Amino acid sequence: MDKNISNFKEQFINNHSAFKQGLNGESTPELNQFRENALQTFDELPLPTTKDEEWRYTNILPLLKNDFSMADKVTSISKKLVSNYHFDELHSHQLVFINGHYSTVKSKIEKLPDGVIVGSLSDAIKNYPDIVLKHFGKYADDDHQVFTALSTAFLIDGAFVYVPDGKIVEDAIHILYITSESDKKIITQPRNLFVAGKNSQLTIIEHYVSDVENIYFTNTVTEVFVDENAVFENIKLQEESKNAFHIAQMDVVQERYSNFRSFSFSKGAAITRNNFNSKFNDESSECTMNGLFLINDEQLFDVHTLIDHAKAHCDSHEHYIGILDDNAKGVFNGKVLVRQDAQKTNAFQKNNNIILSDNALVNTKPQLEIFADDVKCSHGATIGQIDEEAKFYLKSRGISDKFATAMLLNAFASLVISPIKVEFIRKYLEDILSKRFNN
Amino acid sequence: MLEIKNLHASIEGNEILKGIDLKVNAGEIHAIMGPNGSGKSTLAQVIAGRDEYEVTDGVVLYNGINLLELSPEDRAREGVFLAFQYPIEIPGVSNTNLLKTALNEIRKYKGEEELDTMDFLSLLKEKIKLVNLDDSFLKRGVNEGFSGGEKKRNEIFQLAVLNPKLAILDETDSGLDIDALKIVANGVNKLKTKDNATLVVTHYQRLLNYIIPDYVHVLHDGKIVKSGGKELALELEDKGYDWLKNIVKETVTQ
Repeated sequence: MDKNISNFKEQFINNHSAFKQGLNGESTPELNQFRENALQTFDELPLPTTKDEEWRYTNILPLLKNDFSMADKVTSISKKLVSNYHFDELHSHQLVFINGHYSTVKSKIEKLPDGVIVGSLSDAIKNYPDIVLKHFGKYADDDHQVFTALSTAFLIDGAFVYVPDGKIVEDAIHILYITSESDKKIITQPRNLFVAGKNSQLTIIEHYVSDVENIYFTNTVTEVFVDENAVFENIKLQEESKNAFHIAQMDVVQERYSNFRSFSFSKGAAITRNNFNSKFNDESSECTMNGLFLINDEQLFDVHTLIDHAKAHCDSHEHYIGILDDNAKGVFNGKVLVRQDAQKTNAFQKNNNIILSDNALVNTKPQLEIFADDVKCSHGATIGQIDEEAKFYLKSRGISDKFATAMLLNAFASLVISPIKVEFIRKYLEDILSKRFNN
Repeated sequence: MLEIKNLHASIEGNEILKGIDLKVNAGEIHAIMGPNGSGKSTLAQVIAGRDEYEVTDGVVLYNGINLLELSPEDRAREGVFLAFQYPIEIPGVSNTNLLKTALNEIRKYKGEEELDTMDFLSLLKEKIKLVNLDDSFLKRGVNEGFSGGEKKRNEIFQLAVLNPKLAILDETDSGLDIDALKIVANGVNKLKTKDNATLVVTHYQRLLNYIIPDYVHVLHDGKIVKSGGKELALELEDKGYDWLKNIVKETVTQ
């Protein structure tokens, strides 16, 4: 066990010099300092095991047993590769990353309001170093998250979106992270930074896909800053290969009167671990953190969320829905922290799961830590099966068993799908569910 | 249309139906009456294909087909409809979605084209008037937050849209006020043709003032103990179910 873990670490540490030499434009002194510090933290922090409370149900040894290397920049990209995942019917700006590298050719950014920046982080560091460095590394925490430290140590690229004060980006920004053919097991570490200025509005779709069934590792870190009175809708679609590993960190900081709505869909990867944290830095803000995971076979999906009510008069809504089949395992850990000064907090949390087989399993743990005395908080978790009476009712009207199952699961998932503002995404998800259960 | 011979059915080892014989022809309305626990609802559910019930003996022929060999959905596609005693709430599935899916699956089964969306919507709007429900019920989740009476009217609405050959109404009248009862009965009467048949399962004679049956059967302890014309319902109402127990006793002692 220890051997695997030390190999995993050593290999990264040993490769760091070579990695740095390979960098070109991304190699600024400030970023190199980040990389050096993070490498040291990565070296010092232990890799998690199931003995750690935060990783109790998620054994990542299958991940640590692999030797991963950085992918080279893909030089020839087939036309089909990107068009397969492109949302034709959705008006959007599109950023494309292939094996972790930004593809200028495949990305397509339509006309944007003045001052809005949509592009790669590596370009932004060159062109707008002040804006980037004001936020980069300020929200995600290298010091306690070993995988975030790994991401920073080997920082190459990711998406960068900056909306200045008062600007509204009407079309969604669709960011495609494609893991494609490679002769080795690769690690890609998209590092995203999204900044919404005062009174701004935007929608971002992070979309992780793969056209191969290879073993690979996506370790993504997303930092989000939502300034005063900004409205930010964040949608994450995780459709990785079923042999992949996906670890995602998202850290959000919200200022006064801001509204951050997030929805995370997960159906891919052998092991998924999402750590989503949101912090209210000022009063009167709202945060929605919803999610849907749809897993089967031997898949493991784990989400740990933390909503930090540091200030008063904020509302948070969290609802995760799981649909599990075969031997799949789900983990939900939702922590809501209401600090002493956070009076008049409203915090509501739900986790509902449907299990379709005898062997699927869910570990669900709501964690409410409340230090203020004038708050409204609730949580609830359910694990159940498909309602046979409802199914019989539908069948008695002439609807087939499979179709009835798909309808009921769609209805169940609609609790988190219907609040999504982007109609195209709602349909996209309903389609995935219908195809999965009615084929 | 429907011919039931010596039907026995049990649930968890308890025999509920103990040899039912019944024949229903097209164009007829039959009422099945009986006290609580006599097996009325079981009979309705067994015909619809509920798999909790085990059929231990007997046959159910429907237009010459052995109904018991068909799945619930195929029974529905063949034209059997059950109006549930307790219509279940299905949040997230709208009435429209349910009916559109159901109607198209039935049409596909019969080798017919799917119904055009506009035609389908005008059909819904026409039929919902029959049960005095507002158009807003089309968009709502199936029975979600409906009152008891609205649920029963929604069953009749579905019946009207799917237009089956054999409709089984399981206690569709129970719990209804007289206005709702009239609406339900009126709906059923308007849907009656010489080609379809209705089986009205009820505890009370009251409904039969509005839906006039051609035949009345009295069910007791899993068997039909008496059959007759519509006047039997009145006699039963007048004399009560205790009278029935005496009939049964007489039959046994004779």
